[in-house]
Formats: sequence, structure tokens, C-alpha cells
Amino acid sequence: MALNRDFIGRAYSSPTPYEVSRLKIKEFAAAIGDANPIYRDAEAAQAAGHPDVVAPPTFPIVFALTGAGEGLNDPEFGLDWAMVVHGEQRFTYDRPIYAGDQLLCTSTISEIRSVGRNEFVTVRGDVTTLDGEPVCTSFNVIVERGGAK
Amino acid sequence: MGATIKYDEVEQGQELPPAEYRVQRVNLVMYAGASGDFNPIHWNERFATSVGLPDVIAHGMYTMAQGGRYVTDWAGDPGAVVDYGVRFSSMVVVPDDDTGATITVSGLIEEKLPDKRVIVVLTAKSGDARVLSKARAVVQLA
Repeated sequence: MALNRDFIGRAYSSPTPYEVSRLKIKEFAAAIGDANPIYRDAEAAQAAGHPDVVAPPTFPIVFALTGAGEGLNDPEFGLDWAMVVHGEQRFTYDRPIYAGDQLLCTSTISEIRSVGRNEFVTVRGDVTTLDGEPVCTSFNVIVERGGAK
Repeated sequence: MGATIKYDEVEQGQELPPAEYRVQRVNLVMYAGASGDFNPIHWNERFATSVGLPDVIAHGMYTMAQGGRYVTDWAGDPGAVVDYGVRFSSMVVVPDDDTGATITVSGLIEEKLPDKRVIVVLTAKSGDARVLSKARAVVQLA
């Protein structure tokens, strides 16, 4: 079944700020096998000119889709998660993410298109501080296989 | 803070040396926990094969993370990456053995941009399969 195009443009905000912790960054760096001390040691990060440990570039995936779940899981949207694969991912960064950041993410279903038998959904996530300072933007394309037939 | 590679010392068309990254089942279990993506296709062979996959496959984001690691290791600072995007073009199949799979990443300076930025295009392969396509990072050099 085709996805409900009425959802294009709908925006969802994360219910609570995401608090970036040193431990979570360390856990994420260990999971991707990256031994860079800048991800685990505040002194190493400060020696490199950063205020605290830095998050790896793909770290925002941990929280960037939290708000979007409300829309993507809405039965009216019509998404069959069993058929979903991750098609594309892009991040643009206004600044690095640091331990201690409190971040908000507004996710917008920005595009739905059919390619062959598949549905492509683009979710844009605008990540800011509590004061509204832009931090990064996530562009997430999920593919529902067979969804367009 | 900032890259250790100098803009004036790189050339358009320059190739960056390849790096190999091992991925075993334990890495996927760790990545599931760290990222919150517990889709069983990434850790449960019984489930993966029941939905038509050859075996457990790596999270696409795990592969993207290896490309990110390649770029940050080259540039010398994770804060130097200002834009990073990929398309997931093929699966990384991770067998339950002592070897796992290998992701080989290499890079090319595709373009030198103003303001000491460069576009690095990445190639990521596992076996004969290109597992990322349209993989590019914009990096702020010194």
C-alpha cells in the first residue's frame, strides 16, 4: 500500500532534550571500534582544542529519529517496518557534538517518492541546543520495499 | 581544534591509502546496544534467514561509521568533518566464525573547495561488493 502523502511536511519534536554523556560517546566509539582518545578522554579532547570529549560524526543517529517515530509509526501513515531498509544517510554539521550538550531534534517528513515498487521517505532532523543554536542536520532516507505497488 | 592535514598540501585527484576494518558478530551486538537499533537482522541468524537474507548483516550505520572513522583518522580531528553522506548500496554479510567480514575503505580528493575545504569521495567494499555509494565527506583542512 502506498504511503499517505498527507504526512509530507509534518514535523515532530523530540519530547525531551537528549543529554550527551561522556559514557555514551565512549560506548559508541567502542562499538564502532574507534580507539581515538578524543572520544573517551576529556584531557585529550581539550589538548586538541575541544571543550570536552567529541562525538564521532555518525553519533547523531542515536537520537536524530526519536521524534520522527511518532509520525512513522502512525497507522495512518501506512509504513510496514518489516519491509524497511536504510537507503541513505547524510549529516551536515554546524559544530561538533560534545559531552554535556543538551540537544533538541525536530524531525520533518520532507519527501515521499516512489521508485519502481519501492517507497522512499526522507526525514530531515534539525538538531539544536536548548537556546536554538544549530548543531547539525540529519537527512535520513528509508526505503519501504514493495510499498509502492 | 581542527584538521592536521593542510589544504595546500593536498591535490585534486589525490588518492588516500586504503584501510581495512574488521566486523564480527560481537561488533554488531555492541553497535545495537550503543545505537539503540535492535533490529534482529543484525544479530539473529534465524530471523535474518527467515526474511530472505543470506545471514546476519551489519547495520548500514556501522558501515557508515567506518567511513567516518577513515575520514577523521585521515583529517586528524572529528570536528573537521562538516558534511558526510552515503547511500547504502549493498549488504555487509557477517558470518558467525572467527573471521567475520572486512570492510575496506579508500578515499580520493575529488575537489578542492574555497575556504580550505575539500570533498573526499569514499569507496567502501566488502568482498567484491561496493557497500556504500555516493559516499562523500566535506572536510575542513588547515
